[in-house]
Amino acid sequence: MTETNGHANGQSNGHPQGFVGTRQIRPDGVDKVTGRARFGADFNLPGQLIGRVLRSPHAHARIVSIDTSKAEALPGVKAVITREDFADQPSEFIPAGEMMMNYKDVVRNVMAREKALYEGHAVAAVAATSTAIARRALKLIDVKYEVLPHVIDVVEAMRPDAPLLHDDLFTVGVEPKPEKPSNIAKRVEIKVGDVEAGFKKADLIVEREFKTAPVHQGYIEPHAALATVSEDGSTELWTTTQGHFIVRAHCARLLGLDMGKVRVTATEIGGGFGGKTVVYLEPLAIALSRKAKRAVKMVMSREEVFKASGPTSGATVRVKMGATRDGKFVAAFAELKYQAGAFQGSPVQPGTMCAYAPYDIEHVHVIGYDVVSNRPKVAAYRAPGAPISEYAVESVVDEIAKKLGLDPIELRMMNAAHEGTKAAYGPKFGPIGLEATLNSIKKTEHWNTPLRKWQGRGVASGFWFNIGGETSVSLTVNEDGTISLMAGTPDIGGLRAALTSVVADELGVPYEKVRPIIGDTGSLGFNFLTGGSRSAFSGSMAIVEAAKQIKNELIARACKLWEAKPDQVEFKDGAVRPLGALAEKVKPMTIAEFAKISGKLGGPIGGVGRINAQGAGPSFGTHLVDLEVDPETGRTTILRYTVAQDAGRALHPAYVEGQFQGGAVQGIGWALNEEYIYGEDGKLQNAGFLDYRMPVASDVPMIDAILVEVGNPKHPYGVRGVGETPIVPPLGAIANAMESATGIRFTELPMSPPKVLKALKEQGRNKA
Amino acid sequence: MAKHHIEATVNGDAVEFLCETEETLLDVLRDTLNLTGSKEGCASGDCGACSVMLDGRLVCSCLVLGCEVSGRQVETIEGMAKGESLHPLQQQFLKSAALQCGICTPGVLVASKALLERSPDPTETEVRYWLAGNLCRCTGYDKIVSAVMDAAATMRKG
Amino acid sequence: MARVVLIGNLAQLTGGVAEFQISATSVKHLFQQLAEAHPALAPHLEEGVAVAIDGQIYQDSLFEPIKPDSEVFILPQIAGG
Repeated sequence: MTETNGHANGQSNGHPQGFVGTRQIRPDGVDKVTGRARFGADFNLPGQLIGRVLRSPHAHARIVSIDTSKAEALPGVKAVITREDFADQPSEFIPAGEMMMNYKDVVRNVMAREKALYEGHAVAAVAATSTAIARRALKLIDVKYEVLPHVIDVVEAMRPDAPLLHDDLFTVGVEPKPEKPSNIAKRVEIKVGDVEAGFKKADLIVEREFKTAPVHQGYIEPHAALATVSEDGSTELWTTTQGHFIVRAHCARLLGLDMGKVRVTATEIGGGFGGKTVVYLEPLAIALSRKAKRAVKMVMSREEVFKASGPTSGATVRVKMGATRDGKFVAAFAELKYQAGAFQGSPVQPGTMCAYAPYDIEHVHVIGYDVVSNRPKVAAYRAPGAPISEYAVESVVDEIAKKLGLDPIELRMMNAAHEGTKAAYGPKFGPIGLEATLNSIKKTEHWNTPLRKWQGRGVASGFWFNIGGETSVSLTVNEDGTISLMAGTPDIGGLRAALTSVVADELGVPYEKVRPIIGDTGSLGFNFLTGGSRSAFSGSMAIVEAAKQIKNELIARACKLWEAKPDQVEFKDGAVRPLGALAEKVKPMTIAEFAKISGKLGGPIGGVGRINAQGAGPSFGTHLVDLEVDPETGRTTILRYTVAQDAGRALHPAYVEGQFQGGAVQGIGWALNEEYIYGEDGKLQNAGFLDYRMPVASDVPMIDAILVEVGNPKHPYGVRGVGETPIVPPLGAIANAMESATGIRFTELPMSPPKVLKALKEQGRNKA
Repeated sequence: MAKHHIEATVNGDAVEFLCETEETLLDVLRDTLNLTGSKEGCASGDCGACSVMLDGRLVCSCLVLGCEVSGRQVETIEGMAKGESLHPLQQQFLKSAALQCGICTPGVLVASKALLERSPDPTETEVRYWLAGNLCRCTGYDKIVSAVMDAAATMRKG
Repeated sequence: MARVVLIGNLAQLTGGVAEFQISATSVKHLFQQLAEAHPALAPHLEEGVAVAIDGQIYQDSLFEPIKPDSEVFILPQIAGG
């Protein structure tokens, strides 16, 4: 259901409500339901070689020597690469995909240099005429390791006597600057007011410590890349990625290529969620192809995806909140310790900023630590950093509600941020939908359904900032009046459908007459990657620009053709229309009619939108969950789940609902079952879908999606990004529901059956 | 090691191919027969993205060897539509927006078709348990389950 | 004069001063003045910050105008996944 709580600022050009907001069939849909759509591993080139990667079996080891001679001599092996094939990169921070990364670290994550820093770290790679030969070649590479002690847990890694990953890592953000290196890369902090003074005013203080495990984005499609390099260095690359322009930038830098010579095509992508915003195989495939002088195809196995891509941080979080007995939050403190993996760059910074963002609190102090340890380097995962910190905060908020005898929704309403509230991270909010989502949840039949024994109900709120970013689109009017849209942000879940509706409405043409494609890096100006909940927001904004150019051009041509002045004509409903007296002399001319004679009137008709989209507005959401715990097995069943989230304006309601539902279920998995399990030896024990337990269809009920629309005044259609917020509330909501069902506050995720059972047994309550 | 020479029927067409002993049916479909609609998500039978029908039985093609299909019938996603007509399940998935990235969709469709062939009027629970072998990370399963039940209703009407 | 507040670690680079009154007509102008007064800030202003002007967050938008009575926050850059 949709609730429009405010006017979306979206009546652009006074066009009639057409396809935007309706549930059209996605233009790329037929290929996807017939198996025709080509994902990363579906691309092949004649004569291609198969590339495979040799990976460190050790969590932490010095790489003493690598002897590839026997592998190179194996018939069928055409190229072998190691650290020798990548120039070292100077220490320099760049905005790399989603976080600030240091290129010195990027080159080392792509191919280990001095050390292997996690089990699975790439140490060498081969390209051979078959997979079987490539595998055999890997076995012939002789790597001498000096195994070192390893550390994985974030608190362990922060100890002064912990095994040190980098001897040149000195904590940034502490005064005085440390003299000794450590695993603590950075300390970040946000501070508003004076929490000590605030806590003195509190009637109730709740302080808790929470722990979460690393989890993986869980995309079903493994990473895949196909590269072919010509003798003059021209490179073509097909890769499954959320950002092919970013891939181009990384590969150009790592391999010393001109960007203009590297053409990257984003294949259809089988899930990313932030995990496909960096490079793993691409530089390797290019380097191998360059050496072998043949195309090289590389695909990760599922085990490699788990061990060698970018699962998110495991963390330890301490939260302390103070409230008056009426429920007003007066002070809030949190200390976040996030794993970054082998190199610095966890999402602890956004974690600190999001932690208390839904609330209007006078005194806030959040400290965060970015800590390296011997597990794969963290990549972004849907609202990076926020699910973890908001799990902790929403749990404590729930506890405050219980202790004060207040309704958890009322308590949140009392303290909710709204338009004009100063966010804990600084600026004042514009119009936002948090209260609207809380109200929506309160009004549901779900909220008012009675519960039985061992059943519990939990609610939690959350948000993501959302971003805009550089976006280039191209709109072309074909000679028959059909419209070609070329966008440059990979479509990870319905984008083309949404953008097609926008083009159709902007130009007043039928939906079926618009065909969208995602262009390669050679065909469009720069596009920042698909992420940050930006692609529909920014893409639609850029389309408005491009469409404006087309409309202006058509008006200009009509004026010339009809010998009229601009105020005698208007563009409306797909045609240039004469106004007033002129209407007696000439008939309206449609886009198709102009297109037919475009040559005669000056040339082909098109427009481009090249913007750095600003004006992104945050999307708030509130989730409600009912669950039932089986006290004899510790198994939790989700009985009912409702999401209410502010979309600003839903360009395509079904795909917006899809984001709500998908994010909620990822959150269910994170809360109840998913975790990286490491052995004493630092090796991952559950590197497969059987034991890395993601939700299946029988684990979850229908996810009711309530579309709230508090228009974003800065977007021509009122759009807010929606993709990330849905994963933020579930962890807290489910933890709160568990407490409601069992009376036990679980401060460690996942709340998997063995843990639940253990907690119940300790209280002697493990019977129905 | 000599390759095996295999003759089989795929989507109604007679095919013959050579394969190594260790090649799976999924490898053969994708790399030898160029039917890339079936996907590899895990190669261990846990995700269902490679689902096909083998002699009318739903299997993970990554768990079947290429040489095991000698003389047998294989049906993949590519055989689901008839000419220009999409199967009602395919049509309903599009109408219901029951896919986002689409990587799991071929496997889910093959599995759903198998369900409806043996149980034309399934309950929601039945659909969920039948599809428990098909992992989807994007949709949360809601629209997939609705689409299967709606398609079932359409198909029952004839 | 616009009120300019540094959020997070940035105040560490200005000797602890987190708040400024600055007369600037654009983000570019603001960054120039801050960098002149506190050179340690300069590289961070070039990469890695977002600027909120009167509640609206802007990223990488040098020419964004600042009004004489604007409230400006300089924040860590925000991304996503």
